Parts: sequence; structure tokens; C-alpha cells
Amino acid sequence: MKYAIPLTLGFMCGAMLLALGLYYNPFVGQPTITPLAMSDDRIIQLTFSAVPSDAILYTDQGETIITPHPDRVAELWEPAIADTRVLVTMLQNSTGNTAGLGIKMLSESEATDVIRGEAIANSIWHIYLPGLGTMLVDQSENYWSYIRDVVIPAHWNSADNWRGTFHHITTNGPGSLGTARVTGGSGLLAGMTSESVEALTAIGYSAVSGPVSMDGSLTIAIPEESTAQQ
Amino acid sequence: MIKTFIVGIILGAFGAGALAWYVPAVDLHRERSLISVKPNGGNIEEFRIDLPRDRIMVGLPNSNAGIPAMLHWPGEDLLGDMQAEIFKIRDRNNTVIGVGSRLASAAEASGAFIEWSLHFPARGTMYVEMEVTPSADGYRNGILVSGTRDFSTLTGSVREQFISDVGGDADIQGRIQLEAALVGPLGAEQ
Repeated sequence: MKYAIPLTLGFMCGAMLLALGLYYNPFVGQPTITPLAMSDDRIIQLTFSAVPSDAILYTDQGETIITPHPDRVAELWEPAIADTRVLVTMLQNSTGNTAGLGIKMLSESEATDVIRGEAIANSIWHIYLPGLGTMLVDQSENYWSYIRDVVIPAHWNSADNWRGTFHHITTNGPGSLGTARVTGGSGLLAGMTSESVEALTAIGYSAVSGPVSMDGSLTIAIPEESTAQQ
Repeated sequence: MIKTFIVGIILGAFGAGALAWYVPAVDLHRERSLISVKPNGGNIEEFRIDLPRDRIMVGLPNSNAGIPAMLHWPGEDLLGDMQAEIFKIRDRNNTVIGVGSRLASAAEASGAFIEWSLHFPARGTMYVEMEVTPSADGYRNGILVSGTRDFSTLTGSVREQFISDVGGDADIQGRIQLEAALVGPLGAEQ
């Protein structure tokens, strides 16, 4: 009994020290600059609001802090899809005009590894760009920086929110440079294979209702021959 | 006393580290894949979409018939005649195993298309390009353009069929059936 109390206190301190070490580990996290910046291909920049209530449709298992949208949308409560979210949104080009429609399906991944600072999700974008065609973007994403710099601070904040500036690339594979894989489906994009990265820019987040002010962007390299006929 | 405290710190740090290392942070629910082996190579897997219960979204141009009822679908001036649908996907045993989207357009300037993306959280995604014109016997055939994770090395075809008469369940008014015939890199599809 003499040793039980210091041992228990020490054990708790040790666990807490490890948690702090993992949380403040400066050697993990996602880059802020796209590896496609040096690409010779034509670059398409597509932006969208990452606030679910701004989307055409957002749904998940129905028990998260984010309310599915619009009302009475089917929820993904079945066990096999309970860790999946679906977002349908309009995509804007770099001039702010509508470029097309994107459907994102995102599932949590078993590759998630807290020790390495990897909160991994597997996601795909099914994209339609009028006048160009369709494509699929498949990627693994690392949300560790987002959770560490936005979500956890919002929960620690006495007002249950976070305000600041956050910008990180979320894509971390499957490409060797941490890029997503793009496959053209139809139209001018048919047969195309290319690369892409997705980034998240946040200004406001609520621990009660989720993202308040947040934008996403997809940077897609389009080989010249795919659009030469345009 | 101090020594015991320090030993506790070390044990706590290693214990928490071991816990974080060995206990998975994400443990996805998996259903057994119901795959039939094809004669002469490859395999067949059947996916089902029961209507209307598996509909998540239907976006139609110039229509108020979208699903869900409160859906604000962009007008035809933005997306032309493109029709987008999102469904829950079931296996042969009628268990939901994934979600899928179907995009279709007959008047797209760069060429008409009908395509599926089938996303199975524990397995991967199939991206399938369908023929625009269905066959005479009511099927629509397509090819697997791309796959991720479990489907990344596979090639093959997918056959789409709409079944209007689904006996046995009054709640099901129709069914979309997708039959994927896939083969690995060492074989050849017959």
C-alpha cells in the first residue's frame, strides 16, 4: 500500500506525458504546399465549401455533432457504412464560377496510427465537369493536423469553438509524392490518369456543430492531351 | 517513494504506448464477401440496390422530384441534363456493405455517359463506365475503369439490370442489380 499511490500517480503522469508528446510531436503533420506546384501539366483548381450545411447534401451515421443535410436525408447507420460520410457539393473554379459537381465518399481507415500521428481516411471524389467529362479521384487523407490544430483546441476552448487560420494538404497517398490518383471516365477525360491533392482551409470550428467556416480545394493535374480537343 | 513514482512514470508511458500501438483506433465492420468462382477463371459478385429504401439522393434536372424532398438541386443551366443518384449498396444477402453514386447524361457536350462509383469502406472502390445503350435483353454492360485497394489489381466487367418485379417484399418496388465479373492479374477473363 505504501507504494501503490506513488506508483499510480507515476503511471498516470507517464501516460499523460506520452499523450502530450504525441500531441505536440513536431515531426508529424501534413505539408501546406502542394507537390503538384512544379507539375508541367495543366492544373485545375476546384474549390468548395467544407461546411456541411452549405453542401447540396451531407450525410453520415446520424450520431455525430454534424447534422445531416437536407432534412430527412437517409443516414448511414448500417454497421458496414457507419464510419462513412457522403458529401455532394458544387465545385468552383479559380475564378469563382461553377465548374461542376463533386460527390465525396469518405471512410475512416484502419491504417490510422496515433503513435505516428496519422488519422487516416480513405476517400473518393466522383466528379462531373460540364464540357470536360467525368473522373474519379481516389486518395488516402491524413486528418491528424486538422484534429490537433482545430478540433481539439475547439473542445478545450471554454466557448466550445476555435477561430484561427489553418491550411494543410490532407492528401497523403496513394501516390509516392503523397498525391491522389485521378482516373478519367468519360468525355475529354476518358482514359486519363493523373494526380491530385486536396487541401483544407479553416477559419472557424464549433465543438458543438462542427465546421463553421471552412473551404476545401482540389488541385488536379490534367495532361495537355486530355484537353487539347477543347 | 520518488523511485516508485519514477518507475510509475516509465510504466505509464510504456503502457500507454503499447496500448496505442496494439489497440486499433479504427476497427471497421466487415461482412463476408459473397463471391462465386467463374468457370475458367475470375469471380462474380452480385450487388443489389432495393428501391426506394436504398436511395440516398436523386438529383434530376428541372425537376421537383428530387430525393430527399428538401434537396436543392442546381438548375439545368449549371449541370445540363446530368442526373446524379446516390444509393446504399447491398450484397447478395441483402446486407448493406457500401455506398455508390451513379452519374448519367445523354446530352453532355463532351459525350454521353453513364457511370458508377461503388465505395465499400472495408474493401475499396470500383469505378465503372457503362455503355450508354442497353443491350436488347435489358442489360447494360460496363467495364471496370479503375479500382482502389482490394480492387486495384482487378479488371473486368459489370452488368447493370433493373428488376421491376421483386417478389416477397411489398416495400421493395424495384431493384437495381449489378453483377461484377472480375479477374486478377494472373488470370484471363472468359
